[in-house]
Amino acid sequence: MSTTFDTIANIIAETCDIPRDSIKPESHAINDLGIDSLDFLDIAFAIDKAFGIKMPLEQWTQEVNEGKATTDQYFVLKNLSDRVDELVAAKGA
Amino acid sequence: MRLEYFMLIDRVVRLDLAAGNITCEAKVPDTSTIFEGHFPGYPLMPGVLLIECMAQTAGWMLVAAHKLQRMPFLAAVKDAKLRSFVTPGQQLLAEAVLSHSGSGYAMTEASITCEGKLVCNADITFRLTEFPTPGFATEMRKRAAAIGLPISEALTHD
Repeated sequence: MSTTFDTIANIIAETCDIPRDSIKPESHAINDLGIDSLDFLDIAFAIDKAFGIKMPLEQWTQEVNEGKATTDQYFVLKNLSDRVDELVAAKGA
Repeated sequence: MRLEYFMLIDRVVRLDLAAGNITCEAKVPDTSTIFEGHFPGYPLMPGVLLIECMAQTAGWMLVAAHKLQRMPFLAAVKDAKLRSFVTPGQQLLAEAVLSHSGSGYAMTEASITCEGKLVCNADITFRLTEFPTPGFATEMRKRAAAIGLPISEALTHD
């Protein structure tokens, strides 16, 4: 059974044509992988579909803009995987 | 349609927010300065305007789904296919289906038919934001009323 990170990494590789081997848990989607906001919409769409969730991108963006969170918290892939796991758990609660 | 003003939807025929779909009428005008250049002696509805027509159809659905509080801005057009020529005077039926409602974005599938024949189709992505200015929101509400967008239904939709 693939992990949340593996699923997300596969989505990123396929969506953005990035070699799968270069996508690591510590990779920052924007700073390291060069994913822009438009590409991230496709990734968010695929993640939402794969996990049956709705990632709160607007809330995350607002928190970053207001200095309440860093981009690392949402866009470093191991952290993004944790956020997705939390959303999946909340959905089942 | 008023091509020069980018008013490409004449009337909302049907809107089902629960199912996530919309159907609109759009008649290509008999005359337009656009046809003077596209093309001289052989007027055709530009493909980019057919895509815009699909985007506006999907866009009105999203405006209604968000209770006229948010504006969908075109972000991506994928797999656009322009299948046949559209000429002045033709009556078009534009349809859109919501394929995914995300946080701050939406994915739709849109198409246009003419006399039952598929003219074009595309997958269209939008970013959704607050209206940048109050005046813009006011004008969009006026335009929504003018094309028969069922505003009361939109405002009470869950």
